[in-house]
Amino acid sequence: MSDLKKVLTEPLFSANPIAVQILGICSALAVTTSLNVTLVMCLALTSVTACSNFGIALIRNHIPNNIRIIVQMIIIASLVIVVDQILKAYAYEVSKQLSVFVGLIITNCIVMGRAEAFAMKNGPVLSFFDGIGNGLGYSVVLVSVATVRELFGSGKLFGFEILPLIQDGGWYQSNGLLLLPPSAFFIIGGFIWILRTVKTEQVEAPDFKILPNTEHSGGH
Amino acid sequence: MGLRTMLDNLAPLFEKGGKYEKMYPLYEAVDTGLFSPPNVTNNTAHVRDGIDLKRIMITVWVCTFPAMLFGMYNIGLQANEAMAAGAGTVIEGWREFLIVLLGGGAHDAASFWDNFVFGAAYFLPVYATVFIVGGFWEVLFATIRRHEVNEGFFVTSVLFALTLPPSIPLWQVALGISFGVVIGKEVFGGTGKNFLNPALTGRAFLFFAYPANMSGNAVWTAADGFTGATALSNAAEGGVQAIIDAGVSWSDAFFGTIQGSMGETSTLAILLGGVVLLVMNIAAWRIVAGVFGGMVVFSLLLNMIGSDTNYMFALPWYWHLVVGGFAFGMIFMATDPVSASMTDTGKYAFGALIGFMVVMIRVVNPAFPEGMMLAILFANLFAPLIDHFVVQANIKRRIARVS
Repeated sequence: MSDLKKVLTEPLFSANPIAVQILGICSALAVTTSLNVTLVMCLALTSVTACSNFGIALIRNHIPNNIRIIVQMIIIASLVIVVDQILKAYAYEVSKQLSVFVGLIITNCIVMGRAEAFAMKNGPVLSFFDGIGNGLGYSVVLVSVATVRELFGSGKLFGFEILPLIQDGGWYQSNGLLLLPPSAFFIIGGFIWILRTVKTEQVEAPDFKILPNTEHSGGH
Repeated sequence: MGLRTMLDNLAPLFEKGGKYEKMYPLYEAVDTGLFSPPNVTNNTAHVRDGIDLKRIMITVWVCTFPAMLFGMYNIGLQANEAMAAGAGTVIEGWREFLIVLLGGGAHDAASFWDNFVFGAAYFLPVYATVFIVGGFWEVLFATIRRHEVNEGFFVTSVLFALTLPPSIPLWQVALGISFGVVIGKEVFGGTGKNFLNPALTGRAFLFFAYPANMSGNAVWTAADGFTGATALSNAAEGGVQAIIDAGVSWSDAFFGTIQGSMGETSTLAILLGGVVLLVMNIAAWRIVAGVFGGMVVFSLLLNMIGSDTNYMFALPWYWHLVVGGFAFGMIFMATDPVSASMTDTGKYAFGALIGFMVVMIRVVNPAFPEGMMLAILFANLFAPLIDHFVVQANIKRRIARVS
């Protein structure tokens, strides 16, 4: 049972896929301008990771080692197609905004990474929850990024007006940089900064240290 | 010796174990600001030189004064001329109150004092904001990370303030310098470890975050309702002829009585400061030569290629030099010793890359009329790579000599 708790909670902060393993950055830049779209993306990615982990763990002992990546890809790709079709059927507007990024879940490093690193070595149930945990870890970062970007970039949250914009007669001047994808880099960077301030064990030892080349002569 | 003794008496309070141990960087800043630092080298390098980082930075700071003072006069001149022509009205508020109080209320464009007071009322609050907010971050990081506060910030602050348009809201100024100091410099470990020019990082942030306040035709003159194209956007519309038709001759642009960012308009004032920097060997002349050469060569090339639809192709190099932020960037921004290339050969390449990119962006890119800021930031990214190749080439050359 403690294993289960571990695979579910560790990816949230201690082994966060984006902030610590630095996987899945591309979609974090692309789909985080509004919270609605972000949440759908998180849901899609979490379910794909969980189900693909489950499927791969089920047949892990029968997959020939040489072609394991191809087998994993087939399972993941089928799941992504299912998710894509469901989104098109039930959430057409959002799926249009997500456009290629649902399809790109196939190549999302988190899904492949967990299949390769965890599902190939562990049982199906544990793998399933590992997928959920990593999906949630991904979601934590994406939702924080999207909250900042939508709130300060367009003054809204979930499309509801929070900070009235100057253009609409309010007082808030929107920050255009936050609507551009590179701003997510800064926010993710800030997220990692805070995370490492709190969890100091994540800070790597410096590669080298510059020796002081001067010393205080005493004097004054 | 009174002052020295006083500082020495205070020192134990700030040193390790003292009452104000946490405030040591502040004490250190005051001490080494007033007296030369007592540090000596303890390994193989034994260069004796009275000039250290603080003196270098303060010299650069002083060298921006001609551009700054002229900038203040010019802000007033532009606004008062616009108002006299009826193209804009006075922006009411505390700034206008100050101007009237100091005797500039007549808004007479022919009066030096009226113009200067007007400009001061716009520039000084911006500079004060930059200094207070940026200084706050600087001291905060120095205190927590226990590194020195140094005059690098004097330079960053004045350069940042001088590149802003006069009508910029003060809260944006505060936001911009915060971004420049924290993200552009302190996250990498402070002065000497940043790979981008912090002043330009802050400006780039504002440029992309609040384009309406940083670019366009309405921001360059501090008069309400006034819009006027800058020389560069005129040039994009109709080449040199359009600039001259708009009433700006080459000598206007050279002396700086044109609209633009607060400190960048007068090429003459910038070159005055630049000559001092070059003679004192503080700004690397190789970088300046590279920027100038790169710009001249590439703009001559584009002149030769020519274009029927894009007027910028025909803009000669001596116009590129005097319009926009080219001169300011070349003298003050590109020569930042931290973010530029370190090797001598690398400095030519680094400079030439800036000169090439600025003409490239101005002429070929339709989205941005001005390219100096982006060109320098772009070259900053390449500076370590350029150095790497120069060093490798040197190693190869010397190995060949041995074998």
